[in-house]
Amino acid sequence: MAALSNLSKMSGLCLRAARQAAGLTASRLLQRRALRVTAVQLQQPFDSSLEKPQFPGASAEFVDQLEFIQPNVISGIPIYRVMDRQGNIINPSQDPQLSKETVLNFYQKMTLLNTMDRILYESQRQGRISFYMTNYGEEGTHLGSAAALEPTDLVFGQYREAGVLMYRGFPLDLFMAQCYANADDLGKGRQMPVHYGCRDLNFVTISSPLATQLPQAAGAAYAIKRENMNRAVICYFGEGAASEGDAHAGFNFSATLECPLIFFCRNNGYAISTPTNEQYRGDGIAARGPGYGMLSIRVDGNDVFAVYNATKEARRRAVAENQPFLIEAMTYRIGHHSTSDDSSAYRSVDEVNYWDKQDHPISRLRHYMTARGWWSEDDERSWRKQSRKTVMEAFERAERRLKPNPELLFTDVYHEMTPGLSKQRESMWRHVQQYKEHYPLDLYEK
Amino acid sequence: MAAAARLLIRGANPKLSIAPSSFGATLLKLSPSCSSRTKAQRRHAAHFTFQPDPVPTQYGSTQKMNLFQSVTSALDNTLANDPTAVIFGEDVAFGGVFRCTVGLRDKYGKDRVFNTPLCEQGIVGFGIGVAAAGATAIAEIQFADYIFPAFDQIVNEAAKYRYRSGDLFDCGKLTIRAPWGCVGHGSLYHSQSPEAFFAHCPGIKVVIPRGPIQAKGLLLSCIADNNPCVFFEPKILYRAAVEQVPVEPYTIPLSQAEIVQEGSDLTLVAWGTQLHVLKEVATMAQEKLGVSCEVIDLQTILPWDTETVCKSVVKTGRLLISHEAPVTGGFAAEISSTVQEECFLNLEAPISRVCGYDTPFPHIFEPFYIPDKWKCFDAIKRMINY
Repeated sequence: MAALSNLSKMSGLCLRAARQAAGLTASRLLQRRALRVTAVQLQQPFDSSLEKPQFPGASAEFVDQLEFIQPNVISGIPIYRVMDRQGNIINPSQDPQLSKETVLNFYQKMTLLNTMDRILYESQRQGRISFYMTNYGEEGTHLGSAAALEPTDLVFGQYREAGVLMYRGFPLDLFMAQCYANADDLGKGRQMPVHYGCRDLNFVTISSPLATQLPQAAGAAYAIKRENMNRAVICYFGEGAASEGDAHAGFNFSATLECPLIFFCRNNGYAISTPTNEQYRGDGIAARGPGYGMLSIRVDGNDVFAVYNATKEARRRAVAENQPFLIEAMTYRIGHHSTSDDSSAYRSVDEVNYWDKQDHPISRLRHYMTARGWWSEDDERSWRKQSRKTVMEAFERAERRLKPNPELLFTDVYHEMTPGLSKQRESMWRHVQQYKEHYPLDLYEK
Repeated sequence: MAAAARLLIRGANPKLSIAPSSFGATLLKLSPSCSSRTKAQRRHAAHFTFQPDPVPTQYGSTQKMNLFQSVTSALDNTLANDPTAVIFGEDVAFGGVFRCTVGLRDKYGKDRVFNTPLCEQGIVGFGIGVAAAGATAIAEIQFADYIFPAFDQIVNEAAKYRYRSGDLFDCGKLTIRAPWGCVGHGSLYHSQSPEAFFAHCPGIKVVIPRGPIQAKGLLLSCIADNNPCVFFEPKILYRAAVEQVPVEPYTIPLSQAEIVQEGSDLTLVAWGTQLHVLKEVATMAQEKLGVSCEVIDLQTILPWDTETVCKSVVKTGRLLISHEAPVTGGFAAEISSTVQEECFLNLEAPISRVCGYDTPFPHIFEPFYIPDKWKCFDAIKRMINY
């Protein structure tokens, strides 16, 4: 009895020490997982004669001292980093050693996204499109994670992950077509701008309700696991969306149902105007993962290599072991929440400037490339010019294009056209024909 | 929720609540006051009389099944013929709290019939994901009363998946099943009929069967349909309704009402258990008033079969709609308004709605709450004399 209680005290101390230890490395997480699995197995045999807990709900020792478990929010889960703010690799063993072409591709896609953001943001300010959301400061999270996936891996996103599509080769024309809701839009002009989707690129269409995609991603990962085709699912969301009930559902379902899924949280400090201290009181999102029995890590979201490494390893293990992983990428939302928001109403310009000028994923990667002689001022100048030209051309093409036929207002509600909808469609056309001068028919395809 | 559910499950067992147990029988003999109370409970537990449909001959051999067994049979056929199909929800693995999934896990494996955590928004979200990845998802919500946490996933997600993506993605292979309707003593959260909440949502189908034969055929249609479907199973019929059901798979078309009984003076429309109430009312109307009623089982709430209903009203000139759900905003309002628009010149009396009152579903007052045969009968009398 005494020995048992001593043992339990010791293990309690060990656990506390582990929690307080600064470096919660992947290997330590691995040990924890191993511990957990053994513990679960130990729980199974029921022996009422033993003086140890027999509760089915948890596998733990008794303690004879009253002690509440304290959250560790001062010294939280550390932030994994591969290169510093000047683009120097910190620990050579962590260098992913990506080829020059790969790194150039990262850089060009990040900057192309940045250029597209600037032009579409301006076009909204001029009233040419109705709405837009930029990706400023989060380009590294998109490119780093997308590159670590297989092209067949299914992506569920929130709305600030256009870089994933950019990496997968979604044409500028189709980005623009969606924002302009013109006749080329794969979504047939039905959703607000930036609600992209692409079947061929395995990018599930974005919807506005936050976090609904999390349990859906779990379901898709479950179905994909049963297909046994070496595929994984990645699911992006912001730290604000993580407060939704659906996030809880998604985490818990994916763990209990053993889904090959990567939860990728973009923690950029704000949900519109709400700072994180009004969003949660724990150690961010990563600290929630272990509570669900999920392997978790926190990375520097402005470090494209750190994001790449974490996603690569999570993807490998998610598929091999059929279990979910949680990656929390720490970033900063440099732009406004959307074109309907002026962020200077709730945060300082100095704060924004720090992240824009001193800790930006694009400039960090550029330092890395410059140091290797892979990129020069001339390269930069000509790429800027070229990317701007490409974006402007797509922009002009999109603007000239007609809107889709109004007929498409009625299709795809159901797989088939129902008699009721068919009647309503005829009624609309009858009406529009009679009152055609009151409707913008010439802007739409016939 | 699970705790509340389990309370009811014991009560839902007809051995306990409807048929008097031997213990109850002893009490009955001992105390006359007790006996009258038991009788009262027995009467209101059966506010309808289930009459089996004729034995279907066109689908091969049949077997005597109650409604929960016919649901199991449909699920069994699906898992046998579609290797992607999975069934999940709270407590489905051991056979379900209403026995609808008994034996399926043993027969098809635990990766195909499995429990989920207790979280309805998760269950539907998960099902949407399974379907979006191309597999057949059959989700169970333990009681229709607990479908509301998943309302967002159903209305904003499942229903709009195909439309918003321009048909790039869909969750047409999703079916959500849920026990539905009053059960005698289910009170507020084991009695609800939430179909009208969903009827206002383009993109989903809402289907309710009246007996074992329809349950299997309509459920198989829902599962095969390329749209997300919500399938409500009248739980009071799970054990009470028994008829000969084909063993092999067969389908009954969606969005098609069935004329269960032809008539010439008045059209009666209902779905689920209430259809049996109206059948009895039709007999009463014939016997006591000499009125010939046409009885229609709507079967699919959304998209509903306006044609069959309107055709009938054109013929009879009178319409009574009855449902257990509260009257205001209930689906009868939609039917009534549409028929009024389509059949204005044929209507000889105002359309009558006999529904639940605009209150939550009560416990001890259930016999006074439900739109029983006497309330329907009285409404017919007034319509005929209009």
